[in-house]
Amino acid sequence: MLSCKDVTRLLSESMDHSLPLGKRVGVRLHLLICRFCSRYERQLLLIREIIRRLAVPEDPSGPSTGELLSEEARERIRICLANG
Amino acid sequence: MAKSANTDPAEWVDRYGDYLFRYAMLRRRDRSAAEDLVQETFLAALKSRGSFSGNSSESTWLVGILKHKIADHFRRQAREAPLGDGDLREHPDPSPFDGSGHWASGPADWGGNPADLYREKKFLDQLTECLSGLSPSHANAFTLREIEGADTGEICKVLNVTETNLWVILHRARMQLRRCLETRWFGRKTGKEP
Repeated sequence: MLSCKDVTRLLSESMDHSLPLGKRVGVRLHLLICRFCSRYERQLLLIREIIRRLAVPEDPSGPSTGELLSEEARERIRICLANG
Repeated sequence: MAKSANTDPAEWVDRYGDYLFRYAMLRRRDRSAAEDLVQETFLAALKSRGSFSGNSSESTWLVGILKHKIADHFRRQAREAPLGDGDLREHPDPSPFDGSGHWASGPADWGGNPADLYREKKFLDQLTECLSGLSPSHANAFTLREIEGADTGEICKVLNVTETNLWVILHRARMQLRRCLETRWFGRKTGKEP
């Protein structure tokens, strides 16, 4: 019988490679009876989903949201490019 | 496509500066390091301009150069600070499990948890803070896997670790990051039996 500690490790591993059948079944059975581990799985997948969306670079010609280059850095890079 | 699709490098900073900067910030989480990366990317692009085929858009080409620079940084960091025993311990302290491997304190209920949180600047700030709280090797492995979407074989080469060790590192990073986000963002109630 897998413990919660084993299952959290296997849940993470299953996000990186496919688990052997026996382990996959063991994890699924555990999730049926363990709400904490089910919750843990949902939360890991949610974090993955949010980060994947975040990581898609937006259209460079679209409106800028979020962090901007400082004026100082902008100027420094311009000079650097002009001399490069 | 002809090379005429290229823009004048004098326009690059205004056209692509913020875009590349945000890309670098999410992966390096350090303002001045990200600014330097943008500068190095433009300089490298200037030198290799002749080899830009015009098959991809200019922004994709620039991001490609930036990606290489970020991977170079991770590679260098892995060489300079190889993994210690502490990096391969399965759980952050304190362990969330009791002696028999059951949750001592389980994950809290995160409520509605909308996936479009990625649009919220405040959430991004908390995520960045949480990532910065991981050890560099954990943060870099997580960044390559989840932000860059690299496969594990590729990451093993960059970080010079075995696949088994990488799984442990990613498990630990996910567990720690989940806990950090729970404390800083989602946490409403502590994990009692739901």
